[in-house]
Parts: sequence; structure tokens; C-alpha cells
Amino acid sequence: MDKLWLIVKREYLTRVKKWTFILATLATPLAVAGFIAVSALLANQSEEQRIALKDDSGIFVEKTIKDSDRAKFIMSNEPLDSLIANYEKMNFDGVLHVPDFRERLEKDKELAVNYYSDGQLGVVTKMFIESRMAKRIKSHKIDKSGYDKKIIENFETEVTIDEKAASGEDTGVGNRAEIATGFGMMMGFFMYMAIFIYGMMVMRSVMEEKTNRIVEVMISSVKPFQLMMGKLIGVGGVGLTQLLIWIILIPGVVFITGLLFPIDPATMSGSGMPGGGQEMNPEEMESLIYQMGETLGALNWWFILPLFIIFFMGGYFVYSSLFAAIGSTISDDMGESQSLTMPISMLVVLAVLIMSAVVQNPNSSLATWSSMVPFFSPVVMPARLAFDPPLWEVILSVLILIVSSVFFVWLSARIYRVGILMYGKKVTFKELAKWMFYKG
Amino acid sequence: MNILELNKVVKTYENHVAVDGVSFAVPEGSIFGLLGPNGAGKTSLIRIITTITRADSGTVLLGGETLNGNHPSQIGYMPEERGLYKKMKVGDHLIYLARLKGLSKKVANQEINYWFEKFGIEDWWNKKVEELSKGMQQKIQFISTVVHKPSLLILDEPFSGLDPINTNLIKDEIYELNQKGTSIIFSTHRMEQVEEVCEEIVLINKGKNILGGLVKDVKNRFKENLFQVKFEGELPADMESRFKIASKSDRDLTIQIGEGEDSNEILQYLVRNNLHIISFEEILPTLNEIFIKQVNGVTAE
Repeated sequence: MDKLWLIVKREYLTRVKKWTFILATLATPLAVAGFIAVSALLANQSEEQRIALKDDSGIFVEKTIKDSDRAKFIMSNEPLDSLIANYEKMNFDGVLHVPDFRERLEKDKELAVNYYSDGQLGVVTKMFIESRMAKRIKSHKIDKSGYDKKIIENFETEVTIDEKAASGEDTGVGNRAEIATGFGMMMGFFMYMAIFIYGMMVMRSVMEEKTNRIVEVMISSVKPFQLMMGKLIGVGGVGLTQLLIWIILIPGVVFITGLLFPIDPATMSGSGMPGGGQEMNPEEMESLIYQMGETLGALNWWFILPLFIIFFMGGYFVYSSLFAAIGSTISDDMGESQSLTMPISMLVVLAVLIMSAVVQNPNSSLATWSSMVPFFSPVVMPARLAFDPPLWEVILSVLILIVSSVFFVWLSARIYRVGILMYGKKVTFKELAKWMFYKG
Repeated sequence: MNILELNKVVKTYENHVAVDGVSFAVPEGSIFGLLGPNGAGKTSLIRIITTITRADSGTVLLGGETLNGNHPSQIGYMPEERGLYKKMKVGDHLIYLARLKGLSKKVANQEINYWFEKFGIEDWWNKKVEELSKGMQQKIQFISTVVHKPSLLILDEPFSGLDPINTNLIKDEIYELNQKGTSIIFSTHRMEQVEEVCEEIVLINKGKNILGGLVKDVKNRFKENLFQVKFEGELPADMESRFKIASKSDRDLTIQIGEGEDSNEILQYLVRNNLHIISFEEILPTLNEIFIKQVNGVTAE
């Protein structure tokens, strides 16, 4: 036990002290912060455009277009020609010319206005002006028709689908399902990355020890199982350290950058879905952001986080023990490792594919049974956690995962102890199977 | 008292028998040669003794006890293919290996400092292993093998890759350790080293021990009763009819005598014939000759 602890300590400390580890651990939250800051800056970056408005229709004379951070409209009575010729001197960015289309207002569904400038208007500003003008024309039409504006506005009804489980349980309202899906995908992908990164780390380290020939010195002092287990626990500890630092740092960093670079819902509404056709008004956007916060806040983090860590460790032990076994069978070149790691990599990729299907349909039978397969559950189950999966499924999934990690560590150790002493021979899977039954 | 006793040890891998009923004993405090050509099963045997693998059958006794979990700390093993963690600092590395052998941090520190002073390499402590030359790394490897004061030291081709100066340095250390009571198993196929260093040997081929014993006994067992005479002057005319001449030249002569014959007869005869004799000695086979003969004999069967 003492020796195992010594090995764990070395494996852990040599990695945690590396500057690459420190950099990656701190850079990731910084990158998240940077991403938020940049997108906030971009979204808020509204270089105000001064636009000269020449209205021949008169619709906008009585009630002009509302200014925004993006565009300021200045009504002008200059002749159009001189406006176009001199707009720059007059300190305008462009000239918006509304032709006299009063007669066509009744029949035409589509009307065109002209914008004269040598500069670009920009997609977002363009969409913004279009929508504002359309609204203005609509209200102009209503006024002209003589109907009560309130009555017309009463005609408009928005419909949202409110999903309810047949069993009566609450599955969420409005956008909650979408937010949970996004969150689940993130969790699943994180697990996928973690399995690969740390699994490969274990494999490379085993190969290094073998090609370095330090392994024979080591196992004359400790049992191969201790050496392998020490490495697994040590590297796993590195992963857990990184994960915990991220769990603490990332929400904090997101919160602080959120304060420093607030995203204006009004500008988000424009930039959020450019060209999507469906425009979201600022109120809707605001409510989505609010909902996102509320949905994530409403998740039972005291339930999700510990489970996430359990699945992280379980998935790590299942996969990295296999990677360790593979690493032990490779004597010299990296090329050889490709063919042997392939089946394991395929399993991880398959897990991600299942996960992406499962978050679309979190209560499907695929979700249930894939949560019971230890190769898939570490990726699938964390993705499902945001959907409040049935408790018995979670417990069963965890139990199966724990039993399987013990089994795979045992299995890998059987291969490992033979593999590390075997040189200069390409190994087939058939041989690996035989090694498992070798006597000490 | 034997430090190590092997009795009919067998180790089978998938489709070949690596060790096939090997028995031998290493007397305490001796330098013992484990000899054999490449692939004879030396490494397999050593791995059994160092508890890296287990024998399928047969017994191995270390200090009179069946091999158990306490034994690795009493054994120092330097494998033929050496290796260290390249990125580790020399001092940290040695402490790590020493602690895995059961030393406390404090004792490990003391021991390592002792060796560093001995080799005059005190300033290596904070160097990374990869910064050292190959010869320097071998010294570190040697220290790591002996730092926990093992009672049995197993050295697999300890001088391979060493320059003559470092070879002598390590050889001296081996003698010194042996003087202090450490038993040493010396595994090699370099026979001239064995003759120089070892008192007793066992020769392994194809997993079987084909001969063993004290070096001088082994040599005697394989002697062909050859005697070499160095002389000046003319040989007596009837020399060739009296003795079986194996070879001769102007200045020397090799004679083979039959079983039960006395070598003194040759001398008496030559003296009687007034030949001026410069030297007279028995030619014993070198271990190398015995080795090649034995190994080839087995291979030819």
C-alpha cells in the first residue's frame, strides 16, 4: 500500500508540476472568459451610423424611425441628388431614400427603399432598419384604416408548445428542453474529450516506461498491478484536479466577464440570428437569457455534480485501464498502437453518437439501455442528467459502471503484467486473450 | 549456507519451455556466475528470482525461505537493458527507487549522499537524467541497484556499454560489496569476465543447467591432460615415439598424456635428455572453450 502511494504521488506530481498542465488548466477558463468577452464586445460594438432620411412618402415625417445604438436617423429636406453627392461632407454615413409609395401601400406586399452610400450598411443594421420600417408602416396602415390599434394588436397571438409528460412529471416549459439539450451535449462532449485525453496520457506513459526499460527495474521492486494502478490513480487524480479547478473557475469567470462585458439583449436580438428570417425581439431574447439562467439554476447541482464526477472517474477507469493494457503490448513504434487502440476509440466515438441521439430524445429506450453499458454510460448519462432521468436508472448505471471499472482494471492488469515484459513482437488480439489466462 | 537455492525450477511460456528443471545453489558471500548463450533462459531465471514472474514448478529459496513479498527489498537487480525516467532529477529518482525498496526518506537520503560522495558526483543531484551521458546514467543505475544494501545483488551484463574506466570502477565496487558480505549473481556470456570475477558458475543452455560448480573444478573436469613445455635446444630424437605430441614448434611443445600417467615422467625424460627447460605448465581449458564445446554439443544433439 505504501509503495502504491509512492507511485501515485510520483505520477501525480510530475504531471501537475508541468507547466503545460498549469497552462492548460488556467488557460481554459481564460479562453471561456475571452470567448464571452469577445462575443459581448462584438455584439455590443455598435458603431453608430448617422443616416440621412429623405422621405418622399411622408409616412416617416409624422413619426420617424426610432433610433437605436446602431443607427441614428436625421430627417433631411435637401434634394436627393445633392444629399447623395454631399452626404459625406454633411457627416452622414449614408442616405436612406423612401420613395413615394403611398399608392402601392394597399396592394403591394413588398416595398423597396433605397440606401445610397459607398460604405457598407452591415447585415445586422440592415435587418434592424427593415424591421423597424415594417413596423412603422404597419402602424401607419392601422392608423389609416381607422381600426382601433388595440383591437388589431389583440389579433396577434403567440403560440408556444408546452411539453408535459404523460406521467404528470414536469419536463420543463418553453425553451427549457433546448437549454437542457445544449447543456447535456456539453457534458457529454466534455466526458468524451476527457476519456480520450487522459486515456491517451496513460497509454503514452505506459509505452514510455516500457521503451525506456525502466519498467523492469520498477517491477523488481513493486508488483505490475501496483505500478499500473499507481499510474491510473495518479493520472486520474490529475484529471480530477483539472476538473475541480474548472468547476470552480469557469462559473466564476463566466459570472465576472458577464458583469464586465454585459450583453445588451437589444443588440443580441439583432445579432443573435442574422439572416435567420425569424427575428427575435429584445423582450424575447431577454426572456431566453433569463430562462437559460433559471433553467441552469433550477438544475439540482448537488445531484448532478457528484454524479458527473462519479461518471468521470468510472469512465476514466474503464477506458484508461484498457489504454494501459494496449500501451503495455506495444514495444516500439507508435504506428503499431493505431491498430490496437482503434476498437477502443470506436467505442468512445459510438458513445458520442448515441449521446447526441439521446439528448434529442432523453426518455427513449436507447437512452435507457445505453446508460447500462459501461462503455457508453460515462458519456451518455452525464448528458442525461439535466433531463432528470429516473433515479433507479442512475443508480443502476452507476453500479454497473463501478463493477465494470473494477473488472476492466483487473482484466487490463492481466494483460499488462505480460505485455510490459514482451519485446519485439507484434501482438494480436488473440494473444491478448491468451495472456489473460497466464499464470503469474 | 546458501543465500539462494533453486530446485528443479520450471517456467513454460505459451509454446516453449524457458526454464526446464534448473537447480543450483549460490553460497552466501560468493560471486556466482550465471552463464549461458543468448536465449538460454538466464533472464527468465532472473525474473523468477527477482519475483517478477513465478515459476510453474520447483522451489526457490532465498535465505532459506520460499520467495515471498519481503524478498524484493533484499534483492538488488540491474537488468541488462537499463532505464531510468528521463525527465526526473537524479536525486529525486534515486530517492524514489530507494523508497520503493522500503527505505525511509531519511535513510535513502543518507545512502544516496554516501554514494554520490564516493563517486564524486555531488553536483548531479538536481540534474535531469536525460542531461547525463550514457556512462553517467549507468553509474546512477548502479547506485539505484545497491542503495538499499541488498543481501543478494543480481547483475545482468553489468559491464555492457561501459568504457574501461567505468568498468573498473564498477568492478571495484562489486568486489567491495562482496567483501562486505553481499552475495552476487553475475549473469553474462562474456567468459573472460567470469573467469576473472567468479568463484563458482552454473552454465545454462536451452533452459537446462548443463554444468556447474567451482570455476577451478569445472576447468579440471574438462582438462585434456595437456602440458606445455617451453624449451631451448634440440628435442630428443625418440620424443615422438615416447609421447603423444599435440603440437610443437621450435620453442614449445604440447604433450597430451593418457589417464593415470604422471606429468613428471615428461619432465624426467626431458631432463635426462639434457633439454634446457624454460617452463612447464598444464594447459587448462578456458571457460570460453568449455562454454562453446558444451553449448555446441547440446545444440548438435
